[in-house]
Amino acid sequence: MSRRAAGDAKRWPGLALGAGFFFAYVYLPILILVALSFNENRVVTVWTGFTLDWYKLAFHNDAMLRAAENSLIIASVAAVSATILSTLAAVRMAQVRFTGQTAVNALVALPITVPEIVPAVATLMFFASLGVTLGLGTVILAHTVFCIPFAYLPIRARLEGMDRALAEAAGDLYASPRRAFFKITLPLMMPGILSGLVLAFIISLDDFVTTFFVGGAGSTTLPIYIFGLVRTGVTPEVNAISALMLLISIALVSLSLFLGRSEHRY
Amino acid sequence: MLANIWLIGPAVVAIVILMVIPLSMMAWISIQARSYGGGVHWGELTGDAWLRFVFERNLDDSLSWSFNYLSIILRSFWLSALTTVISLIVGFPTAFFMATRPLRWRTLLVFMVTLPFWTNLLVRNYAWILILRDHGTINGLLMSLGVIDRPLPLLHNEFAVAVGLVYSFLPFMVLPIYSSLEKIDLRLVEAAFDLYSGRWRALRHVILPLAKPGIIAGCILVFIPALGSYVTPELLGGGKTLMIGNLIGHQFGAARNWPFGAALGLFLLALVLIAMTAYALRTRRSGGTQ
Amino acid sequence: MKYRKTSAWTGLASGVAALGMVVLSASGASADGELHLYNWSNYFPPELLEKFEKETGTKVTIDSYASEEDLLAKLQAGAGGYDVIFPGTTTLGVMVEQKLLEPINVKDMENFKNVLPAHQTIAGDEDRTYSAPYMWGTTGFTYLPSKVPGGKMEESWNAIFHPADELKGNIAMLNEMSDVWNAAAYDLGISKCTEDPAEAQKILDLLMGQKPYVKVYSNDGTIDRMVAGEVAVHMQWNGAAHRVKAKQPDAVYVYPKEGVTFWTDAMAVPKGAPDLDNAKAFINWMMEPENAAIASNYTGYSNAIKGSGEFLKEDLKNDPAVNTPEEYGDRLRPYQKCSEKSRDLRERVWTKLKS
Repeated sequence: MSRRAAGDAKRWPGLALGAGFFFAYVYLPILILVALSFNENRVVTVWTGFTLDWYKLAFHNDAMLRAAENSLIIASVAAVSATILSTLAAVRMAQVRFTGQTAVNALVALPITVPEIVPAVATLMFFASLGVTLGLGTVILAHTVFCIPFAYLPIRARLEGMDRALAEAAGDLYASPRRAFFKITLPLMMPGILSGLVLAFIISLDDFVTTFFVGGAGSTTLPIYIFGLVRTGVTPEVNAISALMLLISIALVSLSLFLGRSEHRY
Repeated sequence: MLANIWLIGPAVVAIVILMVIPLSMMAWISIQARSYGGGVHWGELTGDAWLRFVFERNLDDSLSWSFNYLSIILRSFWLSALTTVISLIVGFPTAFFMATRPLRWRTLLVFMVTLPFWTNLLVRNYAWILILRDHGTINGLLMSLGVIDRPLPLLHNEFAVAVGLVYSFLPFMVLPIYSSLEKIDLRLVEAAFDLYSGRWRALRHVILPLAKPGIIAGCILVFIPALGSYVTPELLGGGKTLMIGNLIGHQFGAARNWPFGAALGLFLLALVLIAMTAYALRTRRSGGTQ
Repeated sequence: MKYRKTSAWTGLASGVAALGMVVLSASGASADGELHLYNWSNYFPPELLEKFEKETGTKVTIDSYASEEDLLAKLQAGAGGYDVIFPGTTTLGVMVEQKLLEPINVKDMENFKNVLPAHQTIAGDEDRTYSAPYMWGTTGFTYLPSKVPGGKMEESWNAIFHPADELKGNIAMLNEMSDVWNAAAYDLGISKCTEDPAEAQKILDLLMGQKPYVKVYSNDGTIDRMVAGEVAVHMQWNGAAHRVKAKQPDAVYVYPKEGVTFWTDAMAVPKGAPDLDNAKAFINWMMEPENAAIASNYTGYSNAIKGSGEFLKEDLKNDPAVNTPEEYGDRLRPYQKCSEKSRDLRERVWTKLKS
């Protein structure tokens, strides 16, 4: 092996191996989960034969579909809001030094430092004392807040060490701060923003405790519906809806990649 | 200063209203007398909830030292730490791999990392039960290959919990590291390789420093949420021991001891904040940016 | 190079945001005159909802919870907006005591005459001022004869608290403080409301002695675990046992001779319910035999309504797990409201067991 090839970080041994292991690890359970959605047996973990019945049932299970819809609404709105708030904050935190910055850092991490149930119960009491009607709105507010650290930390990590370069680049171009932000800072931050957005999205999508406490009539989400199946047992209907969620996510990703591509063609 | 308010302000205000205020309410609740039906007797102040950490009324009502709760807290810390370390070991090469792919692949890979998590936690854990149980995927495969003739005990132990927790939190390690590594210039690595003549040294002197903010963010996002997890320990671990997450949940649920639940939560909060502040001060003193 | 991918990502971000907006605007505000039920998931038949909507013209929605203790905490913290909730016996009493429920005088309702005598009163709501029975069930254990030495287990809690060698490590328990405590108390012949620390110690000793042989403590997936044969014995609710039998017909549900807790899920109206009148009408309607039977057929649990038997599915009627045989009648132990001291002991035993 030439020195040059050895220095090529892309081809370091173990890298592809590690990533391969990672994706196998992450996708193996998902394959099984999807396979089981075609399982004729009512019992989730015993395979007996192929059927599409669970998809039919899932499509007729209004409570479950509504729960899935709620989950998607809450997760999209909360993740986007949290990402916007985090991006703004992270940019400023990287640009300037001011006293109390450590305190702001700690504050931003606050939502993940306590097991959810503690703020969840208190947030409910807070809403109740204000006379707020509980529902999707309150859930979205609460989710936005606990999504902030998940969006903020990747963005902040991205900006770390780039601060100086950013300011200089903007100065060199004699750009107005606004122009500099949209032309330079934002594009540079994108990997961080995207990471933060998807992390906030999945953390919101899977949340049970906060949603349960601050939700009201009409705001049952998929996790609450699924955990509420204790009395009668989970059926492959749940696998079917999970598979459908995967399908939605794949469609959404393909769409956005497609849109993104056509956008910069001209 | 005005820009501080407009840019940092919204996030701070949101957290103050929906996190600081509720947590202060919980701090107040933690020193109220518990109501046995759940909730508290407002205005009857007591330190009972806080004493409970280390003292216990024995079954015969005498007061004595007890480390039941501390042992639960310690075990949760150990399990979270284990989860974090394994996630880092598995996650770092993956993040590095992603960051070194051609541009058009990277976005796709970011989505691929999180795609499985569009499904539900409970169902994912069921899938793991299926893989790990006595006649499950792994044991079945190994036995049919004749590698083993008796199933390995893979389920209902700490190994299973670690597998499940790492699984749940991997994206939270991979993506922050990826986003800080993505800005890496591969020519820099090459140069470093020439300079330091060796992969390990190039890794240590060039790549790790670049990845450090991401690693720290990832560790925070894995370690702290893992502390509060309870579904995976129950389903994959067998539910024989409480984690701090279920211990606290239990106080607001079946045990109906809100003040104690609040005290436990705040104790955890204090530990984490102290650790974070100490870290921030240390890096500042040593000249790092924070 | 850099800003090229920006467009892809702005595309994505705007896509997600747009999706959010579209769905948000699609889900309109809820109309008035709706009845909001709050129940376990899959615990109320959709066809019964439609029947009610058709017969009364009231629209009904259902939300889910996953534990009655969570439901209690949620009401205590001040949540509202629900018309009918389905609390279990352990929380019903507390809700009454803490004035979280609307007095709706169930006993004066037209269909109350249909309620079986044993269910006309309940601990915590003796006069049936606040609640009507929905489903009831028992907490015993289920075993697979093929995996049990001799193909048969003694009808006693002893059989799972002091398991035979073959069963060691092959037992699953519910992860439910009260259920486990009660079973241990029955086995030892101790009152489940004991205030005596020495007796609590005995219960702890029994449970600690059993713990090494327990494979898993869990409420989730009890049916799967049995059908897949992951364990030979499972402490279980009878409705779940019924579903195990659908796939493992030789499975046996045991009513241990020392006593079996029978629990009730009630229907009640939380304070400040938006639609009190419809909530009452709904509860009365649910006490009609045919409606109760439809509910049982769906949930796999028994109801407390006279005359519902003729509408029940055959397999439910014929399953001794659901349709408790008369000779076991005296093994059923109703819920008792225990003192604070007793509850405290129970909780400390649970923590010690799990620490």
